[in-house]
Amino acid sequence: MAAPVNSVCKTSADRLQVNCTSFQKKTRSKLISIPGTRPSVQNGQLLVSTGVTSLDYLLGGGLAVGTVLLIEEDRFDSYSRMILKYFLAEGVVCRHELFVATAQDNPDEILQELPAPILDDVAVPKPVEQPRLTGEPQDILDAMKIAWRYQNLPKVQSALASSSRFGHYYDVSKTMEVEIRQAAKCHRFYLPDHITPSSSYSALLKSLQEVIHREGFDLATPMSKSRNILRVGLHSLGSALWGDDLCCHDKPRHSHALTTFLYGLRALLRSSLSVAVVTLPSHLIQDRALMGNITRLCDNAIALESFKGSERETNPLYKDYHGLLYVRQVPHLNCLARQLPDHKDLAFKLKRKQFTIERLHLPPDLSETVSRVSRGEPVGVASACGSSASGTKNLDF
Amino acid sequence: MFTELNSILNTSPDSYTRGEFILVSDRQSDASFLIHHFLSFYLRARCKVCFLGLAQSFCHYSAVSQRLGVSLTQAKEKGQLVFFEGLKECLSVLTPKENNVESEAMNFLRDPPVGLRSLYEFVRSSVIGSDNMEEGAEQWGPSVLLVDDLSVLLSLGVDVGAVLDFSHYCRALVCSQVQGNMVMLVRCNGEEDDDDDDDDDGDIGSDVLLKGLTHQCNLNLHVQGLPTGYCKDIHGQMEVCWKRRQGDAPHMQKNLFQYKVYDKGASFFARGTSSAVL
Repeated sequence: MAAPVNSVCKTSADRLQVNCTSFQKKTRSKLISIPGTRPSVQNGQLLVSTGVTSLDYLLGGGLAVGTVLLIEEDRFDSYSRMILKYFLAEGVVCRHELFVATAQDNPDEILQELPAPILDDVAVPKPVEQPRLTGEPQDILDAMKIAWRYQNLPKVQSALASSSRFGHYYDVSKTMEVEIRQAAKCHRFYLPDHITPSSSYSALLKSLQEVIHREGFDLATPMSKSRNILRVGLHSLGSALWGDDLCCHDKPRHSHALTTFLYGLRALLRSSLSVAVVTLPSHLIQDRALMGNITRLCDNAIALESFKGSERETNPLYKDYHGLLYVRQVPHLNCLARQLPDHKDLAFKLKRKQFTIERLHLPPDLSETVSRVSRGEPVGVASACGSSASGTKNLDF
Repeated sequence: MFTELNSILNTSPDSYTRGEFILVSDRQSDASFLIHHFLSFYLRARCKVCFLGLAQSFCHYSAVSQRLGVSLTQAKEKGQLVFFEGLKECLSVLTPKENNVESEAMNFLRDPPVGLRSLYEFVRSSVIGSDNMEEGAEQWGPSVLLVDDLSVLLSLGVDVGAVLDFSHYCRALVCSQVQGNMVMLVRCNGEEDDDDDDDDDGDIGSDVLLKGLTHQCNLNLHVQGLPTGYCKDIHGQMEVCWKRRQGDAPHMQKNLFQYKVYDKGASFFARGTSSAVL
């Protein structure tokens, strides 16, 4: 539905609005085509992929440029960190620029753990090809003998200038190769390196604004041929390492430091071509109203609850999944209606090549009267005979 | 402008009561669609509107108003709309640069105990300043103040008392002195009935603000989620509460509606009569 939005833009802004947000497609005469982005089919917003295709689907096609995705961390920060790594890896593959800010681990550690992309058409900087040793002409070597009908078809380009796909798949058992990772420009903010008298959040905000302004992501800068997206990953905001006492006290004294930062972050993002993913250890924050304020200041918000270490890990209801996912907030951007999810009971599973989010399906209730097929249910039926094998269910008296 | 809401409230751009304070509130829901309604309503009624857009950027309001049939940029050019974009002004205070002038109205960000006096001065200058117009300018109707939303001020560290003072000053200025209207949005978080006394400060703050403003207002539109749970077709319920004085006794009238927000508007219907159900 990009066409109606086009006409709206034409009638409303006769001159190009310089101080507009990144939402409006600047498509009067020339299309902005930034690699790794696509316009939304619902309202024409510019979307980027989060790296997880099922999360893209949940967010309505992707993450809109200029918005913040808040991820409430699971207890051990394993899956939220994984999603953050997917997000940054997607930025590397799409040749976006990255900005990583952490207080606990060095940003380089997170960057070294990025998962390896699977596709063939990911741009890999190749070493300079060795000149051919033999003097044979090229076409004799390349002439096909068996599949000669395909001789004239164009060859598959294995090294594209930029990946034109939206959303890639990653193999989490391998880390990204160093050459691919170093091809992407990454800005780092490691809090122990920035000891300032002011609060750490204001230092982070100033550093982010300086990067946005210096690298030209500002929408106010004149339109040049090539624009790029800045992906901002903020790890574990609100934890005690950021100098905040949100996680330490029931009634924190400076509860507005983080919310003021999120407000400034929203202001920065709305006026530049950037997108942010923020992870927050919400299970440490006791103040539920504060979590509500934080959620309202971010646009998209999801919460992860993993089964690791809880009694749900062995619960047969959840044996197919690694955790539950809650959608806390869906924004309405430049329109009245939101794209609400169909279901609210979602569960996620991290497989080697995919992070899937799907509707929580309870396994079918196989009682003895319904079906004799036993799938080896972990729910041990303690038969009265005291037999140990589970296969004796059919012989219960 | 939502026509069904106009018929519920018995108003139209041609006839509306003046000197009213309309409070839009929500609890664990989002009532900002009502702010868009009132913005397009008063612009169509040819009032002079002062809009404090603290929650979103100007482009967002402009895009939504475009779908409702009103152009904010044209209204700004003609002088009908004074738009205060909180997001843009806050950056000049939060990340100060040497050659940039700090925005006066948002100086509470630097020092929250200062309060909202500068913000009130901004409102006053835009409401009163319209009376001293030069010759030849278009005559607009009574001034209207719209605030979206007050809970952002609480998140930015302003004290509840300061926000209540600000709303009182604005009401005295806009509703009593100039005989215009005022619409404010307040958002709450927690459950309505909190039995435990050792509750969070933040929750108490927004609840105190809501109670104080509900006491001051003439019309309260309270938006909540459905008590029976999440439904994709019915987005929530809205309670309309009028406070009128008939003779000496204050008279309160309440109505409950359910609503669904579309791309270009919202529809309101009595409970149980949603098109998804019937």
